[in-house]
Amino acid sequence: MWFKKKVKARPEEKLKLPTDLWVKCDTCGEILYRKELEKNLWICPKCEFHFRINCRTYIKLLLDDAQFDEQDAHLEPADPLLFPDYKKKIKSDQEKTNMKEAVVYGYAKIGGIPVVFTAMDFRFRGGSMGSVVGEKVARSIRAACEKRIPLIILSTSGGARMQEGILSLMQMAKTSAELALLAKESIPYVSILTNPTTAGVMASYASLGDIIIAEPGAELGFTGRRVIEQTIGEKLPPDFQRSKFMLEHGMVDLVVSRKDLKNTISKILKIIYHGSPATE
Amino acid sequence: MNGIWLDFERPIVELERKIEELKGLQGVEEEIQRLKTQAEKLKKRIYSNLNRWQHVQLARHPRRPYPLDLLPLMTQDFVELHGDRRFGDDPAVVAGIATIDGHRIAIVAQQKGRDTKEKIRRNFGMPHPEGFRKALRIMKMAAKFSLPVVTMIDTPGAYPGADAEERGQSEAIATNLFECATLPVPILVIILGEGASGGAIAIGLGDRVLMCENSFYSVISPEGCASILWRDSSKNKEAAEALKITAQDLKTLGIIDDIIPEPVGGAHMDFKLTAQNVKKAIIQTLDELSSEPQEELLTRRVEKFRKMGAVNE
Repeated sequence: MWFKKKVKARPEEKLKLPTDLWVKCDTCGEILYRKELEKNLWICPKCEFHFRINCRTYIKLLLDDAQFDEQDAHLEPADPLLFPDYKKKIKSDQEKTNMKEAVVYGYAKIGGIPVVFTAMDFRFRGGSMGSVVGEKVARSIRAACEKRIPLIILSTSGGARMQEGILSLMQMAKTSAELALLAKESIPYVSILTNPTTAGVMASYASLGDIIIAEPGAELGFTGRRVIEQTIGEKLPPDFQRSKFMLEHGMVDLVVSRKDLKNTISKILKIIYHGSPATE
Repeated sequence: MNGIWLDFERPIVELERKIEELKGLQGVEEEIQRLKTQAEKLKKRIYSNLNRWQHVQLARHPRRPYPLDLLPLMTQDFVELHGDRRFGDDPAVVAGIATIDGHRIAIVAQQKGRDTKEKIRRNFGMPHPEGFRKALRIMKMAAKFSLPVVTMIDTPGAYPGADAEERGQSEAIATNLFECATLPVPILVIILGEGASGGAIAIGLGDRVLMCENSFYSVISPEGCASILWRDSSKNKEAAEALKITAQDLKTLGIIDDIIPEPVGGAHMDFKLTAQNVKKAIIQTLDELSSEPQEELLTRRVEKFRKMGAVNE
């Protein structure tokens, strides 16, 4: 190049914020005091942007007394295809998250109603669904079926996990088949979609809730925005595939702020769940 | 013998062309024989050592037979049925009813196009939600009239476009999986060519899953995998190897039940023989499935998919 590119200092570099104290909103750019943000359930007070939170935070937020009787926490991914670097990536995500895989499930109560609660975690391989995620989701559905209590699955996922190849694709069939059996027993399933829920997970259990609730501003769909833009050769509007868009297109029942999520779920369960749990 | 051939097919095609040319001449019988032996040897060497990417190439071969090529060679009374009764008729999905050797069946298949115009009309075999919903409509009708369902998979994937999203691509695929799990008639799934991702599994839940010898079945296309994992879509060969996507791989992994043999060199070498092999597999499988009581059939179907996956307890 014949000219020297001027390197402009980006504002965040100039500010040099201590990130343990301050957080910048991804959407409106507002600088927020971390403690305040946490108190506000990680919702930007200025623009209502919902920061991504992990499954443990959701447990505290949604379950009565934050009580969660976790099941099958020990299940770990294998490396069935001996896929390059897979084992290494799993190990590093396990250390990072202190979880064995990208989903937890267990027994809990919401508004006094016993439920099976299943929550995915985006920090672990982008919430991608391999064999263990599929298996734990399937087991959680069976648990709801056996105990005859409602099922809540909170999803966040980039889709099927490539490193387990075809086995990951089959988890779509596996989980959907279990939901078909649950539906035959008239046990309610509430699907909660958080940012983002796409591809293989969106095209299986996440879309099969009797009631589907999305957090505001979540990116939801089958194909990711970038690939669609490549396919059709044009830019998509910013609201494309966001929760409001999905509501307008009839794909979700409700868009509910994180602050009202627990209340909304328990209100719904009180109306639609009139069974009684199976006795031991 | 004009037209498109793959790189590794060319030496064989050239040899065979030479043989054809010599055929009209006198006193070259010995030469012809020699070339024929050479061609056989070459074929054996090439086709017994295909790598995974070459299988992908054969599965996508521009000459590969599509469902509408094979169906007339398998049945005389195929009636194509159109539309999802909700939005439109997706030409990427062909559905209908037919009898095959006494078996009354419903057929749901993905159809690419042969020439450019047809390719565009059929969207290269990439269904929109209305295609999956048409498939489901026909499958539900099949259940109503106790017709077993045969699905034929040949798709690069569900269409990744904005309109498909607006009309609920995810919902359409998920609902098909949900409904097929308990559809009260036998479902036979055949992967004919490309079995790529959600677009394939959307008509891929059944009692038996068979793959044609050179087809592939994968969670993502090798190119897609390479570009996401290694940010380099030219690493498609490496991705095909890593993903393990051939019929033999899937048999070993316990995902499919059986492999339908193809003519030497691939299905495109002989449509008739391919149709015969597919037909034989359909009849044999439906004979087996139709003798199973419905309740057992459905229990086993869910069990089949329940077992899939690799988990360390």
